[in-house]
Amino acid sequence: MIYLTLFLEFFKVGLFALGGGLAALPFLQDLIVKYGWMTAEELLNMIAISESTPGAIGINTATFIGFNTAGIPGGIIATAGLAAPSIIIITIIAHYFRKFNQHPLVESAFSGIRPAVAGLIASAAFELARGGIFQLQNLQLNGSLLELFDYKSLFLLLIIFAAIRKFKKHPIIYISTAALIGIIFKF
Amino acid sequence: MNKLLKIFLIFFKIGSFTFGGGYAMLPIIKRELVDNLGWIKEKDIYNYYAIGQSTPGIIAVNTATMTGYSLRGVKGALAATTGFIMPSLIIITLIATFFKRFQQIDLFQHAFAAIQIAVVALIIDIVIKMWQKSDKTKVSLLIFLLAFLLLVVFNISPVFVILGSAAAGILIQYFRGNLQNAYYNYQNDNQGSDE
Repeated sequence: MIYLTLFLEFFKVGLFALGGGLAALPFLQDLIVKYGWMTAEELLNMIAISESTPGAIGINTATFIGFNTAGIPGGIIATAGLAAPSIIIITIIAHYFRKFNQHPLVESAFSGIRPAVAGLIASAAFELARGGIFQLQNLQLNGSLLELFDYKSLFLLLIIFAAIRKFKKHPIIYISTAALIGIIFKF
Repeated sequence: MNKLLKIFLIFFKIGSFTFGGGYAMLPIIKRELVDNLGWIKEKDIYNYYAIGQSTPGIIAVNTATMTGYSLRGVKGALAATTGFIMPSLIIITLIATFFKRFQQIDLFQHAFAAIQIAVVALIIDIVIKMWQKSDKTKVSLLIFLLAFLLLVVFNISPVFVILGSAAAGILIQYFRGNLQNAYYNYQNDNQGSDE
């Protein structure tokens, strides 16, 4: 029963992948090898597409594998399987969090967690910028500081950032405008 | 409009414009639920994200479930999560059916490269806002920098960073004497409400 297998296998991935979509990838690799659902190359291609389309990478990849294996119902079932552990675990946590979020221990813990989450988010931005805006490999290759930045990308970053601070528009506006600029100026 | 439907639609919108990991959804969640609707406090989103980050599962789904629950219990959690997942299901099914060669379409590649830059700008903006909303103490700055360095330079798992910072938060409040005071007030408040 392919649907049941898809659901259970993706449920397991959702249950054990700690740290988001990228943490789920090794599990997915094992899965497709185990069942021969697709080749490693096909999986890599799907992950690349999943990264560059909207939505969580793990969810996108699950939809892909499920669809490839058993059509539209397969895509839905694999995705539901992946999300189910989150829904169950988080609902239980949310229930207790609502009860205890005023508790001094919980409040104190979160007073430490919030600046750390800011650091975590900043590090995500840094990792994202490392590929597009800084070209660390150039610095290592020829030691040239001038080539550290991709100037086109850096320029776009500064313009968008200035616009965000000045106009305070909906984030979707900046994302859509950037997509257009990327197409027009061939980023 | 029915609140559940509204939660579903807002998270559908969030799912349609989240490019990258779970962090990429924060600017849109903040805009929709804090700035536009005032349904939750800004501080809460970051708490939910921290919880989402340190529990098993997809971070974005965890954050959506957590936020949805806080808005409308279990039904809210389901509405938010299905709303968030739906765009993925639709877009990926369309791509898998019609654009097997999606990767080779330059148009999407160019658009995505620039979208990533916009996401970096939005995230920097969010980090600045988080700092402005924080207690702005030296200790908080230290935790921020330490977390950033541990993640970027030493590649430590975010889960350990969050657990460590939770312990640090408790110890700091304890040594400042805030924890004991807060505990005293908390017990008094709870006794008051029980009677």
